[in-house]
Amino acid sequence: MIEARCLTKVLDGTAVMDNLSFRMEEGGMYGIIGPNGAGKSTLLSLISGVEKPTSGELLLKGKPASDYPRKELAKWVAVLQQGGLIPAGFTVREVAAMGRFPFQSWLGEEKRDVSELLARTLAQTALTELADRSIDRLSGGERQRVALAKVMIQEPQLLLLDEPTTYLDIGYQVQLLDMVKSWQRQNRVTVVAVLHDLNLAAHYCDQLLVLQQGRIVATGSPEEVMVPSLIEQVYGTQAVIVNHPVTGKPQLLLQPSSL
Amino acid sequence: MLLLAASIVISLSIGTSNLPLREVWSILIHQLPFVSGDGGWDESSIVIVTDVRLPRILLAVLIGACLSLAGAGFQGVLRNPLADPFTLGVASGCSVGAAFMILFGYQTVAGIWSIPIVAFITGIITLAIVFMLARSRGAMNVETLILSGVIVQAFLSAFVSLMSTLTNDVVNEIMFWLMGSISSRGWEHTQVVLPFLLIGLPVLIRYAQSLNLFVFGERHAAYLGVDAERTKLIVLVVSTLLTAAAVSVTGVVGFVGLVIPHLIRLVVGPDYRLIVPLSVIGGGIYLLWSDTLARVAMGGREIPLGVVTALIGAPFFAYLLYKRKVVKGGAA
Repeated sequence: MIEARCLTKVLDGTAVMDNLSFRMEEGGMYGIIGPNGAGKSTLLSLISGVEKPTSGELLLKGKPASDYPRKELAKWVAVLQQGGLIPAGFTVREVAAMGRFPFQSWLGEEKRDVSELLARTLAQTALTELADRSIDRLSGGERQRVALAKVMIQEPQLLLLDEPTTYLDIGYQVQLLDMVKSWQRQNRVTVVAVLHDLNLAAHYCDQLLVLQQGRIVATGSPEEVMVPSLIEQVYGTQAVIVNHPVTGKPQLLLQPSSL
Repeated sequence: MLLLAASIVISLSIGTSNLPLREVWSILIHQLPFVSGDGGWDESSIVIVTDVRLPRILLAVLIGACLSLAGAGFQGVLRNPLADPFTLGVASGCSVGAAFMILFGYQTVAGIWSIPIVAFITGIITLAIVFMLARSRGAMNVETLILSGVIVQAFLSAFVSLMSTLTNDVVNEIMFWLMGSISSRGWEHTQVVLPFLLIGLPVLIRYAQSLNLFVFGERHAAYLGVDAERTKLIVLVVSTLLTAAAVSVTGVVGFVGLVIPHLIRLVVGPDYRLIVPLSVIGGGIYLLWSDTLARVAMGGREIPLGVVTALIGAPFFAYLLYKRKVVKGGAA
């Protein structure tokens, strides 16, 4: 699905992405983690094709991502952006329906009747009752669900998430990722998510890719990657790793150095 | 649409010599090629309706439509609610080119298109300069962009005033054109403006859905399959063309493109597929009534059209600015 070969991106003379090579297979849920400024969002922009690599290649289904016409790519790659939707006066239903844009003619028409898809997606994201409400009158968490509904309606094969849980409280964080996960499993979608929270990443991702200063430091399952030595090396802080009493996934406990 | 038609007919009957509505109607109908018969009106009434008022009124409608459409385009693509041909400095940029042509008597070097073409060129250069002034580290702040636009606008309009004082014989023409007036403009001016509207409107309707996706940012639009760079370029060029067409006929008529798309948005919501076509109609009605006001408010004396729209538009602009401040303050 995704293959990076010696992927390099130079911005203002510094390499923000330095000679990356990796593969991501179809149907997996991949997490990109790492400290601030590691190049996580840059990597996502390169995968989405809106930015071109300085050298090396980022291939989607064997073809450089930036070589696809935008509309072509939008038919099977969707991106959920960081920060969410600004209040703009549109209703929930209108925003969700924007996800069909890549499939519409210039008159805004589509051959297929999408009303059933729209209703199903709004139900999956618990937005049915809010459908006709303006997004201006929603909370941050609800608005982020609208953004999720919009990318689900795009029916992508590949979904890129750029820190989807930022600014959400813990209830909404878990709710949102639960929705992504069950939808991803049902539809065999490949998901690549930049995540800040390592504990969430360990729960929802099959594979993690750890970035530091534009380089890959480690890749593997959460169990392989989430070890105290690596955490200290990458984040410069000591941590204790325990297994979650219910799910068994590795979870990180912070350890203040002054105690 | 009906409102526009009604406005045209009512406005036709208003003027220094009042004509009854019925008479206006029947004169109009009898102008149609397949209607014959003599209504028995004064020759002067027919002249007033068909040769004096009608061309002027249609021109007002066209100019209003162009400016309002341009405003909708600028607001959509720049995601800037304060943008309009006037506040961005584009209208003044166009007027520099047009004044230059009038000053040196080049009006017809390349036929009736001479002034609009040169106005477009200077308009687009102005837009580029405003963008350069406003851009800092790749991002453009809403207020900074408008500030740059207003600065450039002030400079260029001073420049145009300077040009108009350079020669004596054409001074009145430039001065009056400058303040925005459509008096004594005949059918030939309508012919200049109409093609721009006929090209501009379908193009902007074509990009209306893309403008909807721009609301959440250029990146957002790109992720949904919009070619963001191309959309931006085309919408900016078309909006500038519309401005150039309007300015080359009437001089700078400010704030139309700011007021009308906003009012339309208040009524129909944020969807550009509605805002774009309705702005054309709304702009037409608005400028028609502004011009009617301009020619009757002071009895026999004409008020420049630009003065009327500024008197209405500037307070509206202030209100939008204030509202933004309140919204921002509330969010912080």
